[in-house]
Amino acid sequence: MSLPAQELIGFVLREARLLDERRFDEWYELFAEDGHYWVPASPHQPDPLNHNSLAYEDRLLLKLRIERLKSPLAYSQRPASRGHHLLQTPEVERSDPARGEHLTRTQLIYTETRGDDSQRYAATAWHTLVATPAGLRIRLKRVDLLNCDAALPSIQLFL
Amino acid sequence: MQGCGLRLTANAKHRMEEMSRYRNDGEALARLVEADRVHRDVYTDPEIFQLEMERLWRRTWVYAGHASQLPNPGDFITVEIAQNPLIVIRHTDGSVRVLKNRCAHKGSKLVGEPAGNAGKLLRCPYHAWAYRTDGSLMNIPLRQGYEGTRLQETAASRGLDVVPNVELYRGFIFVRLAGEGIGFREYFGDSLSSIDNLADRSPEGELEITGGCLRYLHNCNWKMFVENLNDTMHPMIAHASSAGTAKRLWADKPPELPKPMAIEQYVPFASDYKFFDDMGVRVYAHGHSFSGVNFSIHSSYSAIPEYEQSLQRAYGPERARQILGTVRHNTVYYPSLTIKGAIQSIRVARPLAADRTLIESWTFRLKGAPERLLQRTIMYNRLINSPMSVVGHDDLHCYRSIQEGLAASGNEWVSLHRNFDPSEAGTAERTTNGTSEISMRNQFRAWREFMAAR
Repeated sequence: MSLPAQELIGFVLREARLLDERRFDEWYELFAEDGHYWVPASPHQPDPLNHNSLAYEDRLLLKLRIERLKSPLAYSQRPASRGHHLLQTPEVERSDPARGEHLTRTQLIYTETRGDDSQRYAATAWHTLVATPAGLRIRLKRVDLLNCDAALPSIQLFL
Repeated sequence: MQGCGLRLTANAKHRMEEMSRYRNDGEALARLVEADRVHRDVYTDPEIFQLEMERLWRRTWVYAGHASQLPNPGDFITVEIAQNPLIVIRHTDGSVRVLKNRCAHKGSKLVGEPAGNAGKLLRCPYHAWAYRTDGSLMNIPLRQGYEGTRLQETAASRGLDVVPNVELYRGFIFVRLAGEGIGFREYFGDSLSSIDNLADRSPEGELEITGGCLRYLHNCNWKMFVENLNDTMHPMIAHASSAGTAKRLWADKPPELPKPMAIEQYVPFASDYKFFDDMGVRVYAHGHSFSGVNFSIHSSYSAIPEYEQSLQRAYGPERARQILGTVRHNTVYYPSLTIKGAIQSIRVARPLAADRTLIESWTFRLKGAPERLLQRTIMYNRLINSPMSVVGHDDLHCYRSIQEGLAASGNEWVSLHRNFDPSEAGTAERTTNGTSEISMRNQFRAWREFMAAR
């Protein structure tokens, strides 16, 4: 199934918007059953299993994170954090219509604030998207922080 | 304008006096630590922080790195300990040397990267003074320019400052920056059994640091982090939102469904008071301690049969059972290193200021063990110690809240009274109920001992 680039681009833009609008339950549904969210801790990190990552979460762990954000006992979220993604237009890096799999690359600036504290990160997001009967789903969202190996404070929402 | 200037001068003088409340007043310093409570200044005062660097962190044995990070001659790592930039390097003769990362000429750091290989020499990037990997001076360009000068009479002519007190224990590299002081074995005593258990868990008895490092910046005093490692009264409260949610998410699953590793790792944080009390805690002289004398939050992980078999082959069934049956929670090697033998990860405190601390979390491969074990280690480190960890977020929130809350006027004291027994002060080793605050009192007894001496 061949997809116009505009559909892939629109998906990536919408994904960031759901995060910024704290529509985490809807965001969660964008992930395929075997979907993962990965933030490596080293540049050019080969794999998430044998090397430390800032985050590497399957749907179960994403669900945990989202449910925790709703809990009044999540003390580090009182006050709550706010996230903002400023995206450059995603590029379609690779498309494999036979497998229904597509890779996009998106340059972004991510800002996260909490109370008077504000952090800003430069990053590249790689979306491996898969076409399913229900529409596009995320097989892997990998976010490469420019300073992933720096000493970092708490990053509490989703890059 | 003149009046304003005068007032500033008076303020500055007052500030100077404020700044040296403790340096020259041993009694004032000693008064900050009582047997069962401590004054807030130990966490918030910049002068106390400076004195801690000079007295506690330079006089004690501080973790620098692991020998497995330096497999070949010339391999080095850089680290800062007690405000000293250091190079930990494998010398050409195979030994590990620790050098001050400061050129003998004008003071430039010789290497800037966290790790690398220097080959046979360290060469200054500014004027090319060159040193062997034991720190001795090899060459100065246009050396004749120093003929007849007093350079030969100075330490600079011999090379880099060398840290003379370096000890390797099962690959763990410790340094004591002070020339004179307590010996390594005397300082750690039987607490070294936790490092033994970590290394013994390898069928080959050897560890290898692998998988990089998680570096989590904490905007709090270093002691809040170190104290928390054996604070067993906080997990069920501070981690209710993370571990409690994990427990809830899995609650309605049929019992025959295998528990995902992540659930196994998160859920025990939500255990009740009785669990953590029954775990037990043991303290040693000089501030060291571990919780999980009897069992710990790591005791109920699913078995990895091929690993257990490899351990039995290496040690025999009885010894293998003993090694795997030692499932300690956190061991604190005061003041810098905290280890988790059962999970093969360590956390290292690197104090930066009174209210700033870098926590480095490292992971080990057990040589000869199956890959799945490393993946369990890596997962635990990511879930618990990452700047994106939901467990870490709530811990750090609490530390930061203390840092800010202590500014309140009125009560200037931090309570450490839980299960206090006046007789505990004199004992070199003591084992007691897990929810006692004895490990913190024990740390502060060591703190006072090292801080008081001029």
